[in-house]
Amino acid sequence: MQYSEKVMDHFMHPRNVGEITDASATGTVGNPKCGDIMKVYLQIENDMIVDAKFKTFGCGSAIATSSMATEMIKGKSLDEALSLTNKAVAEALDGLPPIKMHCSLLAEQAVKAALKEYYEERGGIPEDKKKYFDVLDEDEHSV
Amino acid sequence: MSDTKRVYLDNAATTRVRDEVLQAMLPVFQNNYGNASSIYREGQAAKKQLEESRETIARCLNADPSEIYFTSCGSESDNWALKGTALRYAKKGRHIITSAIEHHAILHTCESLAKQGYEITYLPVDEYGLVTPEQVSSAIRPDTILVTIMTANNEIGTVEPIREIAEVCRAKGVLFHTDAVQAGGVLPLDVKALQVDMLSLSGHKIYAPKGVGVLYIRKGVAIANFMDGGAQERGKRAGTENLPYIVGFARALALAVEEMEAQESRILAIRDRLIEGVLDRIPYARLNGHSELRLPGNANFSFEFIEGESLLLLLDHMGFSCSSGSACTSGSLDPSHVLLAIGLPHEIAHGSLRVSIGRDNTEEEVLSIIPALEQIVARLRDMSPLYDDFIKGKSTPYLSCDRCGKNGSF
Ligand SMILES: Cc1ncc(COP(=O)(O)O)c(C=O)c1O
Ligand SMILES: [Zn+2]
Repeated sequence: MQYSEKVMDHFMHPRNVGEITDASATGTVGNPKCGDIMKVYLQIENDMIVDAKFKTFGCGSAIATSSMATEMIKGKSLDEALSLTNKAVAEALDGLPPIKMHCSLLAEQAVKAALKEYYEERGGIPEDKKKYFDVLDEDEHSV
Repeated sequence: MSDTKRVYLDNAATTRVRDEVLQAMLPVFQNNYGNASSIYREGQAAKKQLEESRETIARCLNADPSEIYFTSCGSESDNWALKGTALRYAKKGRHIITSAIEHHAILHTCESLAKQGYEITYLPVDEYGLVTPEQVSSAIRPDTILVTIMTANNEIGTVEPIREIAEVCRAKGVLFHTDAVQAGGVLPLDVKALQVDMLSLSGHKIYAPKGVGVLYIRKGVAIANFMDGGAQERGKRAGTENLPYIVGFARALALAVEEMEAQESRILAIRDRLIEGVLDRIPYARLNGHSELRLPGNANFSFEFIEGESLLLLLDHMGFSCSSGSACTSGSLDPSHVLLAIGLPHEIAHGSLRVSIGRDNTEEEVLSIIPALEQIVARLRDMSPLYDDFIKGKSTPYLSCDRCGKNGSF
C-alpha cells in the first residue's frame, strides 16, 4: 500500500487544522472503535462557507482527506459544498488505496453532518436537498 | 527524506542479513551448487554441507540432527506441524488447542482446519498476554490431538511458560507444538529441557535470509507430509534443498546462540531505558505486555487519543522504522487481535507502537526515538478531536498520567 504524493503532502502539512470557536455548525462522524473520527467546523455567512476547520483522529488518509475536503469547500456556496463527494476528494488527492476509501467517506460525512446541523437549526433541510444527506446513513464499513 | 539517517527498529518484522551469514552463503551459490540427492561428487559435496548445517542447528537446540527438517519459512513450519498432525491423527480426534494471540500462520491455519471439521479451542490470555498451564490442562479432552502455543509473542513480546505447558501435554499424552519464530537465537531453546514435540523457526528473524525455516519434530512423532514430491528430508518434505539459505540459517543460529548472553544484556538495558524514557516523557501512555516475561528487544506502547498509522508515517518521516497494531496498518477495520486479547479497548489498541531492537542498533539511536515520539504524539494529539474532548473535560481518559498523577479508567 502506497500513498500518492498529494496524500503525503496533505498528511504532512494538513490545511485547516484547528477549530472555529463560534462556528455556524459542526459535524462529528466516525467512532473510535474503527479508528477514525472527524470533526468539522464551518463558518457560514450568506449561504457561503467562509471558513472551514477540522480535527481528526485517524490514519494518514483520514487526515489527508479531512485536509482536502475542507480545502474543497472553503469559499464555496452551500449548494457547491453539498455536492462534494468522497470520490471527488479521493480524486483530488490523486487517489487512495482501495482499503482506505472508507476514510474519504468519513470526510464527506463530516461535512454533510455539519451542513445538516446548520439547516436543522434553521427550520430543517429543504426538500430538494435531502438527497445529499443519504450518505450519512451509509456505513463506512460497507465501502 | 533521503538524507535523514535511518534508524531501523522493526527487527521483529525482519532483520538484516549479517555479514558472517552472507559470507558463509555466497560461495555456496557457485562453488557448492550440486543437488544433494545426486550421487556424483558435486551432489555429495552439497549433501555434506547440508548435513553439517543440520548438525549445527541440532546442537543449538539440543536435538538430534534427524529431528531437524528444513522448510521454506516459519509459516510453512507452522502449517506443516498443524496440518500434518491434524491429518495424521484425524481418527484419534479432531480437537486442537491454541491461544488467542498466535501469529496468523497459526490462527489462519486453525481457521482452515476448522472449515475441514476440526474443532479449535482458542485459550484467552491475561492482561499481559500469558497463557497458563492450568488453562491448557483443563482444555485438554480425550479427542485433543495437538496443543500449539507460541514461545514468545511477536507484537507484545510476552514469553509463555512453554516448559510447564509442555509438561502438562506430555502427562496427558497430547502432542505439543510451539511457534518459536520470535524466540529463535534470543531465548535458550533446549528442546529436551522444554519437552516440546515440535518447534518452528524462521531464518529472517535471526539475521539469515527470508525464505528458509526449520521444523523440529521429535523422534518418534509421526505427522503427515505437507509438501509431497521427491524424497528429500528423509522423505518427509519434498523440494531440492535450498543449500545456500540453509547454510546461512545454520551460521546465523550458531552465532546467535554464541552471542546470546552478551546481546541479551546489552539489548535489555537499552530497551528498559527506552521504556522508562517514553513513559516518563509522554503522558497517557502505557507499556503493553509483561514487564519481565518479555523478549529483550521488544517494547510495545499505546498512546491514548492518537492513531497508529499516522504515528508510523511521521516516525518514518523522521527516519524511524517501527510497526503498529492499528487497524489502518493491518488492512482491516479491527486493530490487532493480540492487543484486543489482552483487553485493550479499541481506541487504545489503535494507538499502539511496537519498537523491536536488534543487534545492529546502538543505544544512542534507539533512545533518539524518545524526543521524536514526544514531538509526534503532541502534534497528533493537537489535531485529535478525542484529545480536544478530554482537554475540555468532556471525557475521561483510559490511561493514567504519570506526571500529574491523574488516573485513567483502564
Ligand atoms: C511468531 C511468528 N510466527 C510465524 C512467522 C512467520 O514466519 P515467516 O515470515 O518466515 O513465514 C512470524 C513472522 O512474521 C512470526 O513472528
Ligand atoms: Zn483509516
